[in-house]
Amino acid sequence: MSGATATRASRRSDFRFKLGLNVRAVFGRAYPRVVGANREPSWIFFEVFLPLLGIAAYVFIYQAFYGAQVAQINAGHCSAAGCAADLVGAGQVLNALVATVVLGGTMVAFWLNVLWSMASQLYWEKEIGNLQIYMMAPMSRMALLAGMAVGGMFMTSVRALSTLVAGVVVFGVIFAVANPFMLLAVFLVTLVALYGMGMMFASLYLLWGREAWNMSALLEEPIFFSSGMYFPVKGLFLPGAAPWGPLVAYAGAIVPAMLGLDALRQLTLPGTAPLPLMSPTLELELLLVLAVVFLILARFTLAYLEKLAKREGKLTSRHQ
Amino acid sequence: MNSFWRTFKVAAWLGWEMDSNWTEPWLFVIYSIIKPIAAAFILVLMYVVFAAIGNIQAPQLFAFMYVGNAFFIFVGSVLFGTFQVIQSDREWYQTIRYVYISPISYYVYIMGRAFSKILVSAFAVLITLGFGAGFLGVPMAMTWANVPVFLAALVLGLFCLLAIGITLGGVTFLMARHTQTLAEAVPGIFYVFCGVLYPLSILPAGLQDVGKAIPLTYWFDLSRRLLLPQALMASVPTGLGGFSDLTILAFLAISSAVFFGLSLGVFKLGEYLARKAGKIDMTTSY
Repeated sequence: MSGATATRASRRSDFRFKLGLNVRAVFGRAYPRVVGANREPSWIFFEVFLPLLGIAAYVFIYQAFYGAQVAQINAGHCSAAGCAADLVGAGQVLNALVATVVLGGTMVAFWLNVLWSMASQLYWEKEIGNLQIYMMAPMSRMALLAGMAVGGMFMTSVRALSTLVAGVVVFGVIFAVANPFMLLAVFLVTLVALYGMGMMFASLYLLWGREAWNMSALLEEPIFFSSGMYFPVKGLFLPGAAPWGPLVAYAGAIVPAMLGLDALRQLTLPGTAPLPLMSPTLELELLLVLAVVFLILARFTLAYLEKLAKREGKLTSRHQ
Repeated sequence: MNSFWRTFKVAAWLGWEMDSNWTEPWLFVIYSIIKPIAAAFILVLMYVVFAAIGNIQAPQLFAFMYVGNAFFIFVGSVLFGTFQVIQSDREWYQTIRYVYISPISYYVYIMGRAFSKILVSAFAVLITLGFGAGFLGVPMAMTWANVPVFLAALVLGLFCLLAIGITLGGVTFLMARHTQTLAEAVPGIFYVFCGVLYPLSILPAGLQDVGKAIPLTYWFDLSRRLLLPQALMASVPTGLGGFSDLTILAFLAISSAVFFGLSLGVFKLGEYLARKAGKIDMTTSY
């Protein structure tokens, strides 16, 4: 597009043109994540293989505990139901907890994508010099963020699904889906809420320099913990946990992964999901609220912080 | 020797500044503590949940897992600290050409850069262990007689980690910008196979042998033996029970020497090939 044509295009204000422009921007920004990210086969291998390592470690922990439990049962420490029933029960608990880890491992993939490919993205774009080009382009910044989110969701879903399948095959987890539509609804709304949060963070990170990288690093393990990625989050309410466990759980509920994961766990392990937090329907409703709130907040923070970044001269400053 | 020491000192200072000067010192301290403590809490909750649902108590497994996890803090940060030096200097800061042509040993420079990470992670390990002993009832019981062996194992373990890191760092001379995956994959493999969180005997038979071939397995085992009460650890089938403390220390010493030799060889080879191909300061579009 020549300079004169670009100027004319940027001044057009009819709805159809703007809609087309923004839809093209969404597709354009999603393209590198849907197509480009699959051009390097080693990335796909590592993105499937690496989460599997983390999952394996946590699965083996539960298997070690299970081994101790079986040894205890075999030594004659059985409940009133009898040793055989205890062994069956122990096997069911192990399956449910291993399933928890496998589901949590896939959710971790989405959370890491939100942190490193959504929240940090505008910061990275600033560092490599793309941000000023985006800012000069005539499309809405929200279309840019939406494109990043759509591409990120697709890319991570493919990898998370591979991890899930590998986890099921390797560890022999048995899932039983009773309500597939509800499951799909919870999954999609969780993703929208998560990526909405990522869009909001992306704006916040715009103001930061190297703190952005460190902030993303800081939001890994603490969020894995508070969202119950590898254990049922209601464990935070157990008497054996710290007295401040419930506070961590309430704070963790801000990150949609927690409610989404708990609902997914209940929907894929009907009747056997250990320590459910609340009903999946209620969790879906809360996730819908979170999704709407985060998308609205993303819209406002982006506009405000873009203005602030321009005023403070931080929009193009690198390595600070 | 004087030149090596000076390089090491300055590189360590540079590494420290790069790691910490993005924020206030007190915030950096909190940042350095929160991540490992949160990781430890994940394990605590896994144990609490299993103990509640399964109605069992396995304090020996909890202590085993907690101490192993605390020492693993070293692995992630030291390996990442050595891996990322070449890539960040080449791709990100684009300063590798200036450092590389200066009259210093680049190998020592990388060790120095990683040293600041060792210091920060040592602090995090101490906090995690102290927290476990003070608030979670992890029984630490190291005798004075065991302190020299423990320190020797610590030094050898860290040296071995540095050597593994530089070996892989030598490979990054020839890799494009996506070395991050390697930096995450290698600690991930150690996490699964080295008996960090569970006894080696939990792994399938073939995989136990993989663990036994990695020197860090011996470091973790020895550290736990020396830190935790013998009576508690006696019931944990580690798969290394047949070896005495000194035998394990000897394994660690030999494997550290082997990895040091390997790191020198791979580093020199990677450097030679990168120079020959003109890749020392070639950026790959960050």
